[in-house]
Amino acid sequence: MNSVIEIENLTKEFDGLVAVNHITLNVGEGEIFGFLGPNGAGKTTAVKMLCTILNPTSGSAKVCGYDIARQRNKVRECIGIVFQDRAIDTFLTGKENLDFHARMYHLDRKTRQKRVAEVLDLMDLKGKENMRISDCSGGTQRRFEVARGFLNHPKALFLDEPTLGLDVQARRNLWDYIKLLNEKEGITIILTTHYMEEADYLCHRVAIIDQGRIVAIDSPEKLKQAVGLNLISLQIAQGSSGSLVDSLKQLSWIKKIEARDGSLELSIDGGEERIPELIDFADNRGLVISSIKLYKPSLEDTFLHFTGKTIREVEGSLKEVWKAWMRRSGKR
Amino acid sequence: MRVIGARRIIDPLPIYTMWLREMKRFLRVKARVVGSLLMPLFFLAFLGLPMSFMPARQIPGLEGIGYLDFLAPGIVGMTLLFAGTMSGASVIWDKEFGFLKEVLVAPVNRFSVILGRSLGGMTTAIIQALVIVGIAVAMGVKLSSVSGFFLAIVIMILTCAAFTGFGLIIATKLGNLEGFMAIMNLIVFPIFFLSGALFPIQSMPSWLRYIMYINPLTYGIDGLRGTLVGVAAFPLWLDFAVLLILCVALATLGSYFFSKMEAD
Repeated sequence: MNSVIEIENLTKEFDGLVAVNHITLNVGEGEIFGFLGPNGAGKTTAVKMLCTILNPTSGSAKVCGYDIARQRNKVRECIGIVFQDRAIDTFLTGKENLDFHARMYHLDRKTRQKRVAEVLDLMDLKGKENMRISDCSGGTQRRFEVARGFLNHPKALFLDEPTLGLDVQARRNLWDYIKLLNEKEGITIILTTHYMEEADYLCHRVAIIDQGRIVAIDSPEKLKQAVGLNLISLQIAQGSSGSLVDSLKQLSWIKKIEARDGSLELSIDGGEERIPELIDFADNRGLVISSIKLYKPSLEDTFLHFTGKTIREVEGSLKEVWKAWMRRSGKR
Repeated sequence: MRVIGARRIIDPLPIYTMWLREMKRFLRVKARVVGSLLMPLFFLAFLGLPMSFMPARQIPGLEGIGYLDFLAPGIVGMTLLFAGTMSGASVIWDKEFGFLKEVLVAPVNRFSVILGRSLGGMTTAIIQALVIVGIAVAMGVKLSSVSGFFLAIVIMILTCAAFTGFGLIIATKLGNLEGFMAIMNLIVFPIFFLSGALFPIQSMPSWLRYIMYINPLTYGIDGLRGTLVGVAAFPLWLDFAVLLILCVALATLGSYFFSKMEAD
């Protein structure tokens, strides 16, 4: 896989405060890559450096093969950006804003008209293009900004907190457009977010960033696995669960069994595919499972796991994480 | 990858784009169009007309013309001062409302960006100035000659460009919206009042005259007065030379500061 972005030891200091601390990573072509971290973690600063808005203090990065400090204009030609704060002219209509952008990126008249129609179509903005931006809803404004961001066929599109301040529905909606964009146009997308669901739903790979450092990089799946095993909770309708516990111990993928309030909690190696196995297993022994549920660690647990471990040195973080789930799923 | 002239200093398409945006923004806000014309109109109607009924024939600089004829070029100059400074300084709005970032990360030379933007602001300013000339003529001001009128347009362009550059300098150095209006008024109003727009420089005591001599607008208004109604304190070449030097200096400095401006 070709790298669209290569970052090496990228660092930014503001008056002694290290906002981004020796970040090294690559983003491959066609990837949706997320920087996940709390406010002030350095996500936006990192993205700003990649977008040539800020100069790095030390280290280097290449975007589309161009150096972000020495070949700024080259970088600018091949990227699109959606800023964290609104950066769209509210006095103009959506279409005028898109036309403006196309001209600033030197698209000729024919290409511009074709491309503007295309992005309006893809973002489902037809019919709204002649509304003034100030009259559009927050979600629509944001969609216009995303539409503008990929108008000039960028190789890499940066989305800085794309769904900040949007309601749940508008957020989901925008996520689907971002996915669509990645699939249809093959654009590499780099986004920053502090919403766990967002990173989980959208990103192929996520870098967890805290206090300017990357504490983990991997796919959301792998990150979640790193936290710990999945948990299955089941209840038996007939017979005693005691005999089941003994026989369950034979299964190598069951790491731990706990009986609690008439139900069994199994720490397992694996995912959903274990559910039918368990049902069969119980069936063969004449037992009926009345309910079964699989709990997976969420990215939130992952985040707590990684940052908690590195910063606060939380003891027994695994336990903490599981407790947190239980609370959320309303089990206790 | 398309090879485009990101490093070209004069880049026609982005210049046109920035110009177009200024024009659209200006025309879209009806209140702004009307509001920008109301103040000059009030000055002409409520200051110029009443004053022209007073016997002022003996005052140096006012001999031979009515006060309204004297005032009209001054008010045209005022329009250029306000509109020009505002056009330059409104960069601060773009920064405040985030739009500046969109412009500054485009692969376009910043000089082209600010040139297009300033040309847009200047176009609207000069249209306003011409409307004021029209209103003045309708109120009875007699223009001296057709060639004078066209020369006046040249003076208008220079004056406007100088103050656009001046506004840019304020905006880029001040950096934020807080106290912006106060500072603008603090600077712009003295420039207006001490420019000879309202009273002839020749009848002032020498200490005040020297203050007025260092005011750029003095030369703009004197040039306009010479070309539009044929009365002037300085020779036209002097007005022209001073304005040209100022225009180049302020516009260069303003665009230099803009090019160094942080997008964030």
